[in-house]
Amino acid sequence: MSLPDRGSQTGPSPRAGLAWVVHDTRVRDVVLQGLALAVVVGAIAFFVSNAAEALRVRGIASGFGYLSQEAGFGIGESLFLGFEPSDSYLRAFLVGLVNTLRVSLLAIVAATVLGFVLGIMRLSRNLGAAKLSAAYVELFRNTPQLLQIVFWYAVMTRLPGPRQAISPGGDVFVSNRGIKLPWPIADAAYAWAGAAFLVAILAAYLLRGWARARRARIGTAPPIGGACAALLLGLPVLAWALAGAPTALDRPALRGLNFVGGATLSPEFVALFLGLSLYTAAFIAEIVRGGIEAVHRGQVDAARSLGLRQAQIYRLVVIPQALRVMVPPAAGQYVSLAKSSSLAVAIGYPDLVNVSNTTLNQTGHVVEALLLMSLVYLAISFSIAAAMNLYNRLVAIKER
Amino acid sequence: MGPTDAAIRPAGSARPLAWLRANFFGSIPSSLMSLALLAALAATLPDLVRWALVDSVWRTADPAVCRTAGGACWAVIGEKYRVMLFGTYPFDQHWRGYAMMAIVLTLVGVSTVRRLWSGALLIAWGVGLSAAMVLQFGGFAGLARVPTSLWGGLPLTLAIFLGTVLGGFPLAVLLALGRQSRLPVVRALSIGFIETVRGVPLVNILFVAALLFPLFMPAGVNFDKLLRAQVGMLIFFAAYTAESVRGGLQAVPHSQYEAADSLGVSYWERTLKIVLPQALRIAIPAVVNDVIRAFKNTSVLVIIGLLDLLGGTMAALEDPRWTRFYVEAYLFVAALYFLFCFSLSQYSQKLETEMKTGRNY
Repeated sequence: MSLPDRGSQTGPSPRAGLAWVVHDTRVRDVVLQGLALAVVVGAIAFFVSNAAEALRVRGIASGFGYLSQEAGFGIGESLFLGFEPSDSYLRAFLVGLVNTLRVSLLAIVAATVLGFVLGIMRLSRNLGAAKLSAAYVELFRNTPQLLQIVFWYAVMTRLPGPRQAISPGGDVFVSNRGIKLPWPIADAAYAWAGAAFLVAILAAYLLRGWARARRARIGTAPPIGGACAALLLGLPVLAWALAGAPTALDRPALRGLNFVGGATLSPEFVALFLGLSLYTAAFIAEIVRGGIEAVHRGQVDAARSLGLRQAQIYRLVVIPQALRVMVPPAAGQYVSLAKSSSLAVAIGYPDLVNVSNTTLNQTGHVVEALLLMSLVYLAISFSIAAAMNLYNRLVAIKER
Repeated sequence: MGPTDAAIRPAGSARPLAWLRANFFGSIPSSLMSLALLAALAATLPDLVRWALVDSVWRTADPAVCRTAGGACWAVIGEKYRVMLFGTYPFDQHWRGYAMMAIVLTLVGVSTVRRLWSGALLIAWGVGLSAAMVLQFGGFAGLARVPTSLWGGLPLTLAIFLGTVLGGFPLAVLLALGRQSRLPVVRALSIGFIETVRGVPLVNILFVAALLFPLFMPAGVNFDKLLRAQVGMLIFFAAYTAESVRGGLQAVPHSQYEAADSLGVSYWERTLKIVLPQALRIAIPAVVNDVIRAFKNTSVLVIIGLLDLLGGTMAALEDPRWTRFYVEAYLFVAALYFLFCFSLSQYSQKLETEMKTGRNY
C-alpha cells in the first residue's frame, strides 16, 4: 500500500539558516534515509572488521578453501551420494543438503495427505470423526515441534532390539535400530520405468491440453481422467516389463545382533519424519477446513440444483475453489516444515545444520559455514515460495 | 456427507438413540466411518490404558520397580521434577523460581481479562516483572546472586519468552511501519531484514547469535550467552510479528490516512494516534498466534545448550538409572506446554469473535 505522498507540499522556503533542511520534506527524506543507510552500513562494517580481527588473532584464514579439505568424520546416512571420512567438506555439505531435502519432501507429502484427511474429517457429519480430528489438531498444534521430534526419538529408542523386532508382516521389521524394509535390487528396468513415468506425465499434460482445446471449440470433450491414470500407471509398468520385469528383492534378515540387507530407515530419520509430518498435518488440516468452509454455500446448492452428484460437486466445484484459498497458507507451512527440519540437529540426524555444525567446530570457519547454511535455507524458502506463486498465478481467478 | 453442514445436535438428551443415529450413523459412509473408528479404538485403547494406567508405576525411588512393572514409569516425574523445572538453578533457591513463575503466570492470567486493560495493569506488569527479575538474578534485598549460566527450566523458558515478546513487539511495529514507509531506503531495509530472518530456520538464527555475535564484537566485549540467545529469539519473533502487524496496517481504511493528512497531522502523530490504535486492534488475534509460537519456540534453546524446560528435562534424564524413561518425562513436559498454549489459543479465538462484534467503524 502506498501512503499518500506529502513530499511536494512544501518547496524550499526563503527562511534563513538550516531550517529548510527540517522543513522541506524532500530534503528531510533524503537526509533521514542517508542517515539510516549510514547507520546500517556502519554497523555492518564495524561487525565485519571486528570479525576479521578476531579471526586474524585466532589464525584462521577466511575463505571457502576449507571446502576441498578432507572432512575426516563419518555421516550415518548418505543417500545417493555415499560418504567416506576421506571425502571433502563440500561433499559432506551436499550429503547434509540431500538429507534435509529427503526428509522435507517426504514429510511434506505425508503432511499434505494426512492434513487433507483430517481437514475433511473435521467437517464430517460424523461426530466421532469430527471430534477425533479436532483433538488431533489441538494436541499437535499446541506442543512444541522439537518436543514432538525428541518424543518420537525416545519412542524409537525404547522399542525392542533387533532380536525381538516387531514385524507387521511382509519382511518389515521395526526395532530400536530403525525400520527395515525389503527393497528391490537395483536394475536398469527401474530407471526405464522412471523415464517412462516422466514421458507419461508429458503425455497426460498434452492430452489435457487437447481436451481443453476441443471443449473450447465444440463444447464437449471425452473424459480423460481414466486415460491419464492409465498412462501414468501403465507406461512405467510397461517399461519395467519390457526391460525384463525384475522382481528380485533385497530382504532384511537377522544375522547375529542386527539385520543385514534390505533398506533402512534410521531411528533418527523416522523420528524426524514423524515429528515434521504429524505436526504440519495439524496445520494443513486447519487450512483445508478453512479453505472448504470459504467456498460459498450457494456454490454447493447451485451445483446440486444442476444435478451434479456429491463426488462431482467436490471435484468440480468445491475443491477447485477451496484450493485457491488453501495454496498460499499451505505454501507457508511447507516452507516452515523445510526450515524445521533443522531441528534434526537435536537428535543427530545428519542434516544441513548438523553437518555445518561439525564442519565449523572442526575447521573454525564459523562465518563461512553459517553463511553457506543460511544461503541454502534462503534458497529453499524462496524456491518453495516462488513455485507456489507460480501455481497461484495459474489458479487465480482470471478476470476478463 | 456434506462438508459444509454442521453436525446435527440433539434437542435434549431425551432421545440418545436418535442423537446417535444422526451423528454417527447418518448415512452408509458415516456408519462405515464410525465402525472403522470403533475398530481402531478397540485395537489401540486397551494396550494404551494398560501401559499408562494399569501396569504403570506412580511412586518409587527405584527404577528397577518400573522395569519389572512393564508399564509407564510416571515415578520418573516425581523423582526428577526439580531438575526438569529448574535445571541447574541452586537447589535451595528453587522457591525463587516458584515465586517468579507465580508472578508471571498471574500477570498473564490477569491480562486476559479485557475489562482490566488499563494503565494500572501496565504498572502492575512493571512492578511484577521487576520483582521477577530480582528473584531470578538475586544480588539484591538479601538474595544470593545467581549467574545466568545457572538458570534453567521453566523460569528460564518464561524469562526468554517474556523478553522475546516484550522486546520483540516494539521492533515488530517499527519493522511493519518501515515496510509501509514511503521512504524507499527504509522500506528496502525493512523488507530485507524481515524476509531474510523469515527465510532461515530459528536454529540458524540461534547459531548466528551464539557463534557469530562474539566475533562481531570488539575484542574483550563479552555478551552473556543468555542475552545472545534472547536477542536471537527476539529478532525471529519480530520478523514474523511484523507481518501480522502489517496485516493490521493494511486493514486500516485508506480514508483514515487521508483524513489525517487533510488535517495536517504529522507522520508520527498520525501513526501513533490514528493508524496504530486501529491496526493493532485488528492485528491482535494474529499477534497472539505469534506469541503462542514464540512460547513453543523457546524449546529450541536446548540446541544451543541452554537448559530451558525441555533442556532441563533432557538433562534430568541423563541420569543413567532413569534414562530409559524419556517418553514419560516428555509427556509430562508436553502437558505443561499444551496447557499454556491451548489456553492462549482458546483465548485468542474468543478475542477474535469479541473484536469482530465490537468493531465500531
